[in-house]
Amino acid sequence: MTRNTVISVKNLVKKFGSFTANDNLNFEVFEGEIFGFLGANGAGKTTALRILSGLSSPTSGEVIVAGYNARKDPEKIKKNIGYMCQKFSLYNDLTTRENITLYGGIYGMPKALIKKRTEDLFERLSFHEYSDRLISSLPLGLKQKLAFSVAVLHEPRIVFLDEPTGGVDPITRRQFWEMIYETADRGITVFVTTHYMDEAEYCDRVSIMSEGKIVALNSPAELKRLYNAESVEEVFVKIARPAGTKTLSPEVKSENN
Amino acid sequence: MRTILYLIRKEFLQIFRDRFIGKAIFGVPIVQMLLLVPAVTFEIKNVKLCIIDRDMTTESRELVSRLEGSTFFKVRFSTFSEPEGNDLLHRGKCDMILQIPSGFGKEQGLAQPGKIFVSINAINAVNAQLSLAYLTGVIRDYNLKVLTDNTDPGFLQLPPQIEVTNRYWYNELLNYKFYMLPGVLGILILAIGFVLAGLNLVKEKESGTIEQINVTPVKKYQFITAKMVPFLIIGLVDLSIGLIIGRLAFGIPFEGSIALLFLCSAIFMTALLGLALLISTFSGTQQQYMFSAFLFIIVFVLMSGVFTPADSMPVWAQKINLINPAAYIMRINRMVMLKGSTFHDLGRDIISLTMVAIVFTTLAVNRYRKTA
Repeated sequence: MTRNTVISVKNLVKKFGSFTANDNLNFEVFEGEIFGFLGANGAGKTTALRILSGLSSPTSGEVIVAGYNARKDPEKIKKNIGYMCQKFSLYNDLTTRENITLYGGIYGMPKALIKKRTEDLFERLSFHEYSDRLISSLPLGLKQKLAFSVAVLHEPRIVFLDEPTGGVDPITRRQFWEMIYETADRGITVFVTTHYMDEAEYCDRVSIMSEGKIVALNSPAELKRLYNAESVEEVFVKIARPAGTKTLSPEVKSENN
Repeated sequence: MRTILYLIRKEFLQIFRDRFIGKAIFGVPIVQMLLLVPAVTFEIKNVKLCIIDRDMTTESRELVSRLEGSTFFKVRFSTFSEPEGNDLLHRGKCDMILQIPSGFGKEQGLAQPGKIFVSINAINAVNAQLSLAYLTGVIRDYNLKVLTDNTDPGFLQLPPQIEVTNRYWYNELLNYKFYMLPGVLGILILAIGFVLAGLNLVKEKESGTIEQINVTPVKKYQFITAKMVPFLIIGLVDLSIGLIIGRLAFGIPFEGSIALLFLCSAIFMTALLGLALLISTFSGTQQQYMFSAFLFIIVFVLMSGVFTPADSMPVWAQKINLINPAAYIMRINRMVMLKGSTFHDLGRDIISLTMVAIVFTTLAVNRYRKTA
């Protein structure tokens, strides 16, 4: 199987003043895969994600997303991607249907298609009772599902999800991941950041970031084998300890031995 | 274009879904018109007079009764003591002291010039000057009467005098409301543009919804246009409400073309909205925005010439007014409404205002960042 590269990152550096948020990142993401972007809070995941989606400019390095250079053509990238913000950012004072119509319109979808996709979406999520309610009145889990659905409404090549399951209950999280799988099955590449390590197991490949650097990148199975660990969580604890918790490492090691 | 329509629809939905704003948009112009137009006036009435008449002759009483007869003056006090009069002025009980020295009547009989002395509270210099001008007017009439009374009718031959007959153009009755109203119409839509539109964009920043917009391929000019159009329309609706109130409540004349007034107001609104959105691109919070917008509102309104004539401001101030959209609209509104000026007459102002609008809007579009 030949794999098309949809994201290619070479020597990506992002600095804010003297602080280096992304320190020389190098990776590729292939078409149709679910790529997990792991790391502790403040490891630089969101910064990298924002650069990939054209919301932020890299300080140096070459970033190609969906065939376009992130520094020169961020607006062309935006045509080809969907993005779900860490913070819920649909319009709370609009109804579910109004939000969907708005984003459908912005992405230039024909009216009939917007209508059809809206109905499909309500059907799939059994969302009908919420269709004309203000989004502010929706429970968090539904909000997240809706935000994801809006992000892929225009069938982009890649969808970026920034900690999409933060704060939702385990059942909703499972349903959410089912939606991610369906999306990937349709050929949409899913790029997802998370710090729930169990979610990392669902990804085709994961990269682990620590203090601005990528410290590991492989399939979950391979990572567990390499680090002789039971779970991705264990791998993570072994290699991606944030500064200040390093003293933990001997104990972790001794437990393993 | 389709994208802009979707975005405009969204703005309107949001504006009218906010119950307070939805109502305030129509309530504010009504309150402003009914309150500001009749309240803000330079007309002087009821200047409180204190009379110190040391003469007590027919002549002095005649002068005082003439003052009493005028609508501008109210004789509140009458005393013989100068300190008491000064004290009344100090305490604000009277605005003006008129002293008639003893011998005022006698000197007239002897055909010598009569003398009176006036003290005026000049805390408000404009009021003081106007009061004195009114007083001088009354005295001039009085002089003329003295002259005719003391001349033998058979030999009545007044020295040659220039008789001034005047007519006040464009505002025959010097109705101050007619002068204020076109100005208030400008201020009215200025508030809508500045406060609502600017806050709207900053609110999207605060709530994070702008992030979701920035990650779409929407063009910068599309987003800014969609932020401007709804408020432009609301501003023009408010202008119509203001005009209707002006007509019904104050009977304001309308000499010029309504279409021209609306065209100019639309350009004016565009300039304001452009500047408001420009400021909001610099502001991270609604507080920051309001604080800086307030500065512009105050400067623009006070320098616009709505209260004081902009033509008599210092040259540097007039230079600042070149970029002050409110200064243009004050002139344009008054000229169109009171004088019936045409597009041709106002060409220079309209072109300059259009340029200001283009510059502010272009800057707002350029400053707005989709990629940080």
